[in-house]
Amino acid sequence: MNPLLGDRRATLILIGPALLIYSVVMLVPIIVSFGYTLTSGNAITGFTFSGLENYQRLVTDTRVRDALLLTVRYAVLMTVLQVGFGYLLSLMYVFVLRKWSSAVRTLVFFPVVLPTVAVALLFQQMFAIAPQNGLVNTALEAVGLSSVDWFGDGGTAFLVIIVMDVWRSMGFYGVLLYAGLLDIPEEVFESARIDGASGLGLVRRIVLPLSLPVLISSLIFSVNGTLKVFDSILALTNGGPGTSTSPLTIYMFDTSFRFGQYGYGSTVAFLLTVVSLLVTVFIFRANRRDLTKD
Amino acid sequence: MTSVDTTVPATTAPRRTPGPGPRRRRSTRVRVGQVVSGALVALLLVIVVGPLVWMLLGSFKTQTEFLEQPVWALPAQWNLDNYVFAWTQGNFAQYASNSVLTVFPSLLLVLLFGSMAGFALEVLVWKGRGAILITFLAGIMVPTQMILLPLFAAYFRLGLTGTLWPLLITYTATSLPLAVFLMATFFRAVPREIFEAATLDGAGLIRSFFLVGLPMVRNALFTVGLVQFFMLWNDLLIALTFTNSGSLRTLQVGLLNFTGQFGSVQYGPLFAAICLNVVAILVIYLFLNKQVQKGLTAGAVKG
Repeated sequence: MNPLLGDRRATLILIGPALLIYSVVMLVPIIVSFGYTLTSGNAITGFTFSGLENYQRLVTDTRVRDALLLTVRYAVLMTVLQVGFGYLLSLMYVFVLRKWSSAVRTLVFFPVVLPTVAVALLFQQMFAIAPQNGLVNTALEAVGLSSVDWFGDGGTAFLVIIVMDVWRSMGFYGVLLYAGLLDIPEEVFESARIDGASGLGLVRRIVLPLSLPVLISSLIFSVNGTLKVFDSILALTNGGPGTSTSPLTIYMFDTSFRFGQYGYGSTVAFLLTVVSLLVTVFIFRANRRDLTKD
Repeated sequence: MTSVDTTVPATTAPRRTPGPGPRRRRSTRVRVGQVVSGALVALLLVIVVGPLVWMLLGSFKTQTEFLEQPVWALPAQWNLDNYVFAWTQGNFAQYASNSVLTVFPSLLLVLLFGSMAGFALEVLVWKGRGAILITFLAGIMVPTQMILLPLFAAYFRLGLTGTLWPLLITYTATSLPLAVFLMATFFRAVPREIFEAATLDGAGLIRSFFLVGLPMVRNALFTVGLVQFFMLWNDLLIALTFTNSGSLRTLQVGLLNFTGQFGSVQYGPLFAAICLNVVAILVIYLFLNKQVQKGLTAGAVKG
């Protein structure tokens, strides 16, 4: 214990403002939101207690099932693709571009900081079919294929969402994993090469195991973020056509603000929270078990 | 990424094998490898930069050009008509001012309160600081959706609906957890002795925070500020929830509603609006890209 750095009054003054704001604007609402799940109504009409009705509705609601499936499908696919492409980028930075990678890294990272809405509107135009073909359909026709109405069908619209979000995020994971690769000492590569490892063998037997920790934290970060996907889908397809690309977040937003059902909206938000927590805990534990095995 | 296995051994393997045969094969392999990896890098750059260039070109085209010329055609004129239209008719001046008025005051509060709390949690010694730190950490995990409805109800009852206050308050609170956590990790690197010495010299702990602590972590403050700036500036969820009238819209909400404002889609102004939205970010990124990359990825690993 250090008496010099222990002072109750100073502690209170320093931590007070942050803790107060955090408690009032985040912690209390989380608890209130949980309370909402037991009610029906909204802020304007008032709330009435409805017991477990919202939870009963949650388990039978086919739209919730679809939204949950879409959320999971998006999170799994995006995580595999963005971490995968990011890893390939990082390998390229380290082994192919080497000292010249800085400019490429900077360029590929740029979409990460762009406003999602701007990128989504841009991709809407790129994949447009009416009133005129966008870049993608023009390219398809140039190679003899026919134009596709990308946003007219849930499947192709989902594909555009994935393409756009990989475009936006791969540079981020590229830099994240690149930093991880730089931490591997050069001597490890040297000795592996002397032992005859090269090319893919070197990557598989030396690079991959050594970058596993940073890969795992990328996975956790990615799953956590992608489960909460909202901006990109809302701005690109608004969940449509119909509700075919609506994840839980958009369904929650619709129920709450379009239909004014705060109770049920909170229940959907609660489901989302539980799913994120479960998945994160699961990855953490799976990861820990692996480490003890090694 | 097949280029990896051709170039890595080619440039580093010892060239001991004698005779012209193998050597010639190796040098052609080197060349093929370089061509393949060069092509891959070029493709990558086209994929990343292509859409952005197309966006910029589109912002100069007229409506007729959009409807009648091929998508890859260059604009016939280089004037700023579309930009002027977006800025004035499209209300972008108002949206930009709303964004600035909410994001920057929040940033200031987050940095001040976040670094104070980070200092208290990492440097000061008191009971329960571990639990408080974990409480802040939990805030990073919980989806924002979980707090929107109670906040909406509270702002409504307090009569704050229809002002920018809900945005400012919510931005400050949702940014605090990450800021507190990052600042705490940055204070970890500062030797304790410095603060002990300052206290022995008679400075109170609060004075030594402002006069000794803050200046020592000013780079960290800058990094955290940059990270939070991008998160808040690009926010859509919170802004969409709390901006119920057109005059409160931030840049992102304004851009999202841009096409709906006019009867038909005005393509030139739309592209110009997208460019306007991007330009502030681009300028910051041009000057600070190293810090941005480092800061954003640090937020990921530690968060």
